[in-house]
Amino acid sequence: MAPQIGQLFSKQTQSIFFNFKQKPVQRMLDFDFLCGRATPSVACIVQPGSSGFQKLFFGSEEIAIPVYPSTTEAAKKHPTADVFVNYASFRSAFESTQEALEQATIKVVAVIAEGVPEKDTKKLIAFARANNKVLIGPATVGGVQAGAFKIGDTAGTLDNIIACKLYRPGSVGFVSKSGGMSNEMYNVLSRATDGLYEGIAIGGDSFPGSTLSDHCTRYQNIPQIKMIVVLGELGGADEYSLVDAMKAGKVTKPVVAWVSGTCAKLFKSEVQFGHAGARGGGADAESAQAKNAALRDAGAVVPESFEGFEAAVKETYTRLVDEGVISPAPDVVVPEIPMDLEAATKAGKVRAPTHVVSTICDDRGEEPTYYGVTMSELITGDYGIGDVLALLWFKRKLPKYATKFIEMCLMLCADHGPCVSGAHNSIVTSRAGKDLVSCLVSGLLTIGPRFGGAIDDAARCFKEACDKGLAPPDFVEGLKRQGKRVPGIGHRIKSKDNRDKRVELLQNYAEKFFPATRYLQYAVSVEEYTLGKAANLVLNVDGCIGALFLDLLSSSGAFSAKEVDEVISIGYLNGLFVLARSIGLIGHALDQKRLQEPLYRHPWEDVLYTS
Amino acid sequence: MARKKVREYTGKRLLREAMKRIAAVELPINVAQVTQATNYPDLLAENPWLNQVKLVVKPDMLFGQRGKNDLVGLNLSFDEAEAFIRARMNKEVVINGLSGPVTTFVVEPFVPHEEEYYLSIQSGRLGCDVSFSTAGGVEIEENWDKVKSVELATGQAPTSAALAPLVASLPLELRPKMEAFIRNCYEVFDDLDCSMLEMNPFTLDPKSGQPFPLDIRMELDDTAAFRNGPKWGEVEFPLPFGRTLTAAESYVAGLDEATGASLKFTVLNPRGRVWLMVAGGGASVIYADTVGDLGWAQELGNYGEYSGAPNTQETYQYARTVIQTATANPDGRGRALLIGGGIANFTDVAATFKGIIRALREQADAIKAAKLRLFVRRGGPNYQTGLAAMQAVGAELDIPVEVFGPEASMTGICARAIDYIKVSAS
Repeated sequence: MAPQIGQLFSKQTQSIFFNFKQKPVQRMLDFDFLCGRATPSVACIVQPGSSGFQKLFFGSEEIAIPVYPSTTEAAKKHPTADVFVNYASFRSAFESTQEALEQATIKVVAVIAEGVPEKDTKKLIAFARANNKVLIGPATVGGVQAGAFKIGDTAGTLDNIIACKLYRPGSVGFVSKSGGMSNEMYNVLSRATDGLYEGIAIGGDSFPGSTLSDHCTRYQNIPQIKMIVVLGELGGADEYSLVDAMKAGKVTKPVVAWVSGTCAKLFKSEVQFGHAGARGGGADAESAQAKNAALRDAGAVVPESFEGFEAAVKETYTRLVDEGVISPAPDVVVPEIPMDLEAATKAGKVRAPTHVVSTICDDRGEEPTYYGVTMSELITGDYGIGDVLALLWFKRKLPKYATKFIEMCLMLCADHGPCVSGAHNSIVTSRAGKDLVSCLVSGLLTIGPRFGGAIDDAARCFKEACDKGLAPPDFVEGLKRQGKRVPGIGHRIKSKDNRDKRVELLQNYAEKFFPATRYLQYAVSVEEYTLGKAANLVLNVDGCIGALFLDLLSSSGAFSAKEVDEVISIGYLNGLFVLARSIGLIGHALDQKRLQEPLYRHPWEDVLYTS
Repeated sequence: MARKKVREYTGKRLLREAMKRIAAVELPINVAQVTQATNYPDLLAENPWLNQVKLVVKPDMLFGQRGKNDLVGLNLSFDEAEAFIRARMNKEVVINGLSGPVTTFVVEPFVPHEEEYYLSIQSGRLGCDVSFSTAGGVEIEENWDKVKSVELATGQAPTSAALAPLVASLPLELRPKMEAFIRNCYEVFDDLDCSMLEMNPFTLDPKSGQPFPLDIRMELDDTAAFRNGPKWGEVEFPLPFGRTLTAAESYVAGLDEATGASLKFTVLNPRGRVWLMVAGGGASVIYADTVGDLGWAQELGNYGEYSGAPNTQETYQYARTVIQTATANPDGRGRALLIGGGIANFTDVAATFKGIIRALREQADAIKAAKLRLFVRRGGPNYQTGLAAMQAVGAELDIPVEVFGPEASMTGICARAIDYIKVSAS
């Protein structure tokens, strides 16, 4: 660090933020707003592989901060942003920091990551020194210039920033290794003095990018700083550079210092404390006791213990006020920052209506549940797809015979050959080279009143007629008078003597297992009547499923009469056909892709051109 | 960055492998390790040279002054070496006031020699200090004026010009060989992410004329482990001699290795009555300091620290271990657990306290039996919720808890805790 460097930041300082983290960026912007900054302190974000914008708040206004894929590009677009806040992991911190240091426009780089290899940091230190740049960290929370600029998570929550009066400059320059302790000390300084001017946590590594003495000599060059407070730590010899600077007259402002780690003498063998650079059992000169003594000897105010630190700071501050060196910084009114909805909700301060209601499942707990039934129970218990459907569609467990019946419906309706309209559409779409989902939905979109959609209608009509006690001939003729066909009756191919096997299977099953088959009986008697009119007016599979579902709903004991009406009117039963047929439609789409069938074109010969 | 010492065996193995890889120089290093688990016939099968030369046996436990305590065997056959080790395996020795069993030995060829050179490379903030002397060996301290040093700045190449001062006092014919060796060692040092390498002494192998390190001390930067897997191979970072981990300490060390957060736990006095569970690397040291400053160092049970936003599960496992250790020796007198910390920048206090509270609930009976009283001080995101939860769990479990927030001084609870154990001791 060049000796003449003083102020690193101002109220106009803007930064480039590397590796987006929502919280620290938002905290920087909130700090800006508290300080009454006109511009946000984050000019842009670098996120390798991304571009576009990130939405954040500046006060109550939402702003879009540009995102660039590379630091070089970001620096080119934002040449006035001279601070680089690096949230890269320890694995990639070196490359990203090196790239930032190489940008002519970037002057200060803060590296947050903990665990950056020593060799990497040393290369960065050498490059920064050779190019007159300031490196803060690694393994740091950063730093803050009160009322001007804040790095990342420094100084924590808004409440804390306000409590420490960090929204306006005081008279104290502070530097320590520990990020956590700097925040603690900002509180101490707000009690014992008129507050912080600038504070830097240099990080806990053995070789920090910039040192305690680097920042102290810098503070010497900042006129607004009237006194310097230093919190050192055992291990390393950095404190001695400060001792030397004080003895050489390079630091003449009052220094109040404490070096922690006096407890190291309690340990018999070498102990690695929380910070990588804090290692007991090293040379005697690296002990807290020796460093405290050296600092005291060089003229610093050094208390007897950490407990006495606050009083020592206060004493020095009061003396400087009495001597007229410090005129206490006046307090200012800070604008109120709206609470984040999430925080306010958590604190019970706001309530907001939800926009979505869901009653069938929950994915918030240890494992997802379908209507209260856990995945474990589904997999280890005797559950099938029919049971899943019962839980998610009907919101209840149904007896085994009922869920088995649902599964039979799904199996029987899964496919009906390549020529029906749904399958044909899926085939044509697949051959047009479209993706699977397009193939599936093009087939599904044909399902309606003429194709596959008759289950609901049949159930509705049979139910109404049967419940009214309408005689089958009256029912059929009644519909005929309205110009309607009887839903669930009639088949293109099947006839009286060539019954639909699917209908037969369902009928046999229901007669064997259902408690009652009143609606099926009614449908059969309708069929008896219609067969008298034409041989192909048989009960088809839609009609059979419709009637049997009515029997299932009303005889299983699981549904009230009102619920049965609801199931029929909402259109649950067509859902069965849609679900089942999706299996077949996907099959057809995949089949065509596997066969690499070319684009389908309908032959001219097969079209009647007329006018 | 955290510097970790490796055994002499590891240092020699790494030096030989790396120098071959980087400089295509084959050093005449043969080295074998013997522990309690070693099967001697297998060892011989893997290292046939053990039967072809006379051997040296030394303890490999990160301590010096090995000539004392009758732990070094010279000029031994393989069978003699085996007998020598068997007679000393697990022997308790006292080194610099620390006692412990000797469990690991290094075995290598016995090289009769006259010349004893000294070489050391130390990583510093701005470069590396490279030191060399023709008067190495046990008397290096006495001959310190003969040690020549140069500083190679970070990025500076170890050119002849840069290394010249080191070898200036050597006979002319030896200079190129020695300079090349120093340069190669520097390249190896850089390549392996070493932070310290010392050979005191090394000599020239009478057969090959190649440098032969008689002793090596090496430190690796363990934060670089992520990129050195193949280069390092299986590297062990042994504890300093005399330091054995209790079950609780190894459990926490295991947790620490498995997480991105930091979890530290060192027992100082298992019967101590002041126990620390402090958030933050900086704050934790200050709490330990303060207990000492107040004159109660002898009652301090542990040093400990959790930081870097451990999740609820990790905090729970950590807290459970601390509480179990703190309550392991109830003696009718009161104890104190300091759940301390500064004012967090970003750690969610309520979330970490959730893990601690789970451990408190689980260990409530032990806490009461040991008359462990809780003293809490913390600030930071969501601290109000966290502190209220601590207050509530104390009431729920009927365990006395004193709770303070950021308005109180950080270390104030130390004095309160000590007041409590003073009173409850009488």
